[in-house]
Amino acid sequence: MADTSVLADAAPRPAPTSLLTAVLNRVVIAVPYLWLLFFFLIPFIIVFKISLSQTAIAMPPYTPVFGLDTLWEALGELSFDNYLWLTEDPLYFNAYISSVVIAAISTFLTLLVGFPIAYGMARAPSAIRPTLLMLVILPFWTSFLIRVYAWIGILKPEGLLNQLLMTLHVIDEPLVILNTHTAIFIGIVYSYLPFMILPLYSSLEKMDYSLIEAAQDLGCPPISAFWKITFPLSLPGVVAGCMLVFIPAVGEFVIPDLLGGSQTLMIGRTLWNEFFNNRDWPVSSAVAVILLLLLIVPIMIFQNAQAKAQEQGR
Amino acid sequence: MKSLGSIRREFSPWTDPDAKPYIVVDKVTKRFGDFTAVNNLSLGIYEREFFALLGASGCGKSTLLRMLAGFDEPTSGRILLDGQDLRGIPPYKRPVNMMFQSYALFPHMTVEQNIAFGLKQEGMPKPEIEARVADMLKLVKLTQFAKRKPHQLSGGQRQRVALARSVAKRPKVLLLDEPLGALDKKLREETQFELMDLQQNLGLTFVIVTHDQEEAMTMADRIAILDKGEVMQVATPPEIYEAPRSRYVASFVGNINMFEGKVGEKRGDGLAIALPGGPTILSETGGEVPVGSDVAFAIRPEKIAVSSRQPAGGANVLEGEVYDLAYLGDMTVYHVKLAGGQVVKASALNASRISEDPLSWNDKAWISFRPDAGVVLTR
Repeated sequence: MADTSVLADAAPRPAPTSLLTAVLNRVVIAVPYLWLLFFFLIPFIIVFKISLSQTAIAMPPYTPVFGLDTLWEALGELSFDNYLWLTEDPLYFNAYISSVVIAAISTFLTLLVGFPIAYGMARAPSAIRPTLLMLVILPFWTSFLIRVYAWIGILKPEGLLNQLLMTLHVIDEPLVILNTHTAIFIGIVYSYLPFMILPLYSSLEKMDYSLIEAAQDLGCPPISAFWKITFPLSLPGVVAGCMLVFIPAVGEFVIPDLLGGSQTLMIGRTLWNEFFNNRDWPVSSAVAVILLLLLIVPIMIFQNAQAKAQEQGR
Repeated sequence: MKSLGSIRREFSPWTDPDAKPYIVVDKVTKRFGDFTAVNNLSLGIYEREFFALLGASGCGKSTLLRMLAGFDEPTSGRILLDGQDLRGIPPYKRPVNMMFQSYALFPHMTVEQNIAFGLKQEGMPKPEIEARVADMLKLVKLTQFAKRKPHQLSGGQRQRVALARSVAKRPKVLLLDEPLGALDKKLREETQFELMDLQQNLGLTFVIVTHDQEEAMTMADRIAILDKGEVMQVATPPEIYEAPRSRYVASFVGNINMFEGKVGEKRGDGLAIALPGGPTILSETGGEVPVGSDVAFAIRPEKIAVSSRQPAGGANVLEGEVYDLAYLGDMTVYHVKLAGGQVVKASALNASRISEDPLSWNDKAWISFRPDAGVVLTR
């Protein structure tokens, strides 16, 4: 049997285009790059520049301020002092570590909660799937801040949860959940669950159920078939979901601030304190730049997984 | 006794009264809600048989196959395999394997890993697995593709991987769900014979589901024709073609002409059928049918002769005119419109290059056939 499919798959040559369409094609491709240039790269360069400046009691609260006439002198005044400062005070190091740990645990918990939901949705009759998707997205219709605030009412010692458990005589003393790490985990899992469910759902929904039947037919019991077939095939969704939760969770500020109490150390709060309480723009910029560098690794894993998923999906 | 058609191999346990079927489907009914997919169906399949379930889509053939595999349980009735009742046995514990219509190859595994999957589940030692996988790859001629992933293979290659995977465990019974459905015509014909060779060499029992009658006729020892969840007829391909027992079976397999009429009188073992509008046709069979009942005389196009001159004497000569004709190269199909308005198809083999009796559109023509060339159908 001649295998000609490889040759037949080769992309056809694009038709010759006029100069105008060639230019237009380039413009279309340029749009996302221009967007990133104006709304990501330039702001990042500004933040990076501020992180190299010194704090000052002025408007804006740092020196030097670039002017066209003083550009060269100003460049000479920039230094990495703020980054050195971050290494000298263990507060920052601990905040980074604690943020990554809290985000990692929360991401894992979100995966544990999200996977069965996504699996159930993907296996539901196709007529009700759009409704289920709608229900997953529904919480976004209320303000994020209000939803996190509502958890205070549920979790506090005299809150709804403790009242319920005490009425049911499950516990005698109210549980202390608010202002602990547990409250942060609950908050992050709750808030970021849709970001986990949606990519998981899309990769599970694509999966051909006859693969599971084939595995069972070949002697594989259902639980083993899950680990050998379903889970590996949903891996792109797992990675995408985990990254979509982990990356924003590391820098999360609102949830630890409202639910985690004063003793919780997370980098988002440290940044907030530097910026608003200490009015130290340069140090907080340095904190932000380091945070970005920290997240580049998981972002690249995410990109890689996406590319692989696309490759397999062909 | 005269035999029908030509015989592929000496294998006919169903004619032996002492032979016990290997698979027994006993009064099986399967309902999905209000819909009855399989209705009180019984049949027996013998060891080493190549058995085809043939029917239009929705006739229940795939449901029956899924019940054999264990993906669906019968609503009532029993399925026995080698004397053992299969009820309650999950698919992963049944000694049958299935080749899926979509092939269901695991996309994250190589060809090798796909074939080895079932063997690993069995807990077979590693060196044996490797040897078996190598055998299987050789069998389906894919040795040099062992390390490829399914998406790097052509459709025909994927089909062979699926086949190798499903026979790797040497199942007692291999179930094949439209195994050739996704292949193009040429490849399908080649693969049909490969499947038959494989079945004979491995000595397995094959149950194949198909909607393609040619495929079933080519490959199967016996065919069960299903309609609306019921068996219409179980028989060898020549019997199905030459001796269908109902109008449904007769018209489902191949082309056929039906002369609807009433039994006029008995003539020995046969009878005379009065067609509406006068003419009478004689049949050598059907003597058991009572006079006056509605019957159809069913006859295949290749058993009808067409001529521009009235044949001398003999029964079963009907007059008409050529309404349409199709030249197919190896044969010509004439559509002859009879005086009563019925259009009869007759095919003539083009055995010589130059026709001595050329017929064209609107020519007067006579059709004739022997009284033993057709069958009398009451259902």
